Amino acid sequence: MMAHAAREQMQDMASATTDRNVPAVLLERLHVTYATAAGPIPAVADLSLAIEAGSFVSVLGPSGCGKSTLIKVISGLLAPSAGRVELNGAPVTGPRPDVGIVFQQPTLLPWKTVLDNVLVPLRARKAPREEAIARAEEMIALVKLKGFERNYPFELSGGMQQRVALARALIHDPPVIVMDEPFAALDALTREQMSLELQRLWSHSRKTVLFVTHSISEAVFLSDRVIVLSPRPARIVKDIRISLPRPRTTATMADAAFAAACDELRRQLYAVTGAGER
Amino acid sequence: MKQTLLRLGSPLVTFAFVLLAWEAAVRLFGVPNYILPDVSQVVTALYRGYVDGEFWPHLFFTMKAMLLGYCAGSLLALILGGLLAEAPIFERFVFPLVIALQSMPKVALAPLVIVWFGFGIESKIVLVALICFFPIFINAIVGLRSVDPNLVDMMKAFGCSSLDIMLQVKLPHAAGPIFAGLQIGVVLGLIGAVVGEFIASTQGLGFLIQNGANALDLGIVFAGLVSLAVIGVTGTQLLRFLHARLVFWDRKSATSVAS
Repeated sequence: MMAHAAREQMQDMASATTDRNVPAVLLERLHVTYATAAGPIPAVADLSLAIEAGSFVSVLGPSGCGKSTLIKVISGLLAPSAGRVELNGAPVTGPRPDVGIVFQQPTLLPWKTVLDNVLVPLRARKAPREEAIARAEEMIALVKLKGFERNYPFELSGGMQQRVALARALIHDPPVIVMDEPFAALDALTREQMSLELQRLWSHSRKTVLFVTHSISEAVFLSDRVIVLSPRPARIVKDIRISLPRPRTTATMADAAFAAACDELRRQLYAVTGAGER
Repeated sequence: MKQTLLRLGSPLVTFAFVLLAWEAAVRLFGVPNYILPDVSQVVTALYRGYVDGEFWPHLFFTMKAMLLGYCAGSLLALILGGLLAEAPIFERFVFPLVIALQSMPKVALAPLVIVWFGFGIESKIVLVALICFFPIFINAIVGLRSVDPNLVDMMKAFGCSSLDIMLQVKLPHAAGPIFAGLQIGVVLGLIGAVVGEFIASTQGLGFLIQNGANALDLGIVFAGLVSLAVIGVTGTQLLRFLHARLVFWDRKSATSVAS
């Protein structure tokens, strides 16, 4: 019941908030350079990318290529050295309410219950308490954690913790969600299940998702579009569309088209990392 | 149930054994009671002291010095620790001084403190505060500094203010190390009180012990030691209990950081 209500609500919000003509995320000639003791290290060099509203885009790249830097810039935690960053047409100058973030680690506060953790973004905005709690309960039901509201993070499994983080990222109903390798710390089976869950959530809300991963199959399974980055400094070396029909299921992973897409991406990745023959 | 009995009972068995061995040794080897009193002598001294009431003023004196000094010292440690952890400028100016003070044995300051604050309870309060300050201070800094930067980033990304981050992330995170410091502080603070009473006092358990030793009445000395142990154990256990209650999410931080 609850989940159903939440679903309807999210659909309403999604159709109300997004203007399809303005890119949800716009990066233009983005440069990010870190100053270190050994001299400046360029993490991102001249990267331009426009993500249309409502699409699911994965960013794939070798480890240490600057994917997380990208996430930090978009979420307003890090100012770019040069270039433009816009969300829904407005420049990013700091953390914004219209982005939800899921980090690589669940980053839950160990001393707060699941409910209070999910409430963090709303509390920060001083949202009315009753409404906030109702909304949090909806989100918790949405990520299938109903009944765990009063539990503490240490009482949950890794997958459940990451679901809490997902509920937290969704609670303030941001049109854009950025996810930084959210399932990297999970075991293979849980990871696959979380992919299915994420697809379910996304297909109901149709938010814009920027999903950073280093798993090729995860990227193909979830995305409308996969972007391959070069090793540091990050540039876009490939931008492919994934047109597998939705909803995708575990059977999709056995599909020839799925395998072909994975294969192409793998070839690209091997090419950019300069790794030897396969 | 059986586990609890075993946990509570085991130390009691050890205690009983030590007391028995003590009593036996004194009787068997005919140790004179100005070297080592037998158990019954200590019990008698304790009984007389607390039933006839002679010990109470001394116990209260030491406990009062301890409580006031401990509260003042830990409060100051938390405030200064918080300032130092949060304000880098403060650190640059103050930290060297703190390190210099910390590496000095604080009991060496006792005579000076007596000169400045007199023979009364004030000097003992100051000594307690001075000695229990450092472990709490250092642990507060370590605790506030060791916050997971990802948690701070998360809070920022979701629009939380610095005050939110302090209250909801840094303080709870630091609570574990702070409690460890508070626990160490109890034992160290007690040292401060006793040293102060040794040097110059007409009251307190330290005074009682020293007086007993001067009169070669070791029953009183041991009675004083037992009283101090009871204060120390009670204080430490109280904090351990509070620690487990308040910092329920992390049993591992029960062990100390700065010891």
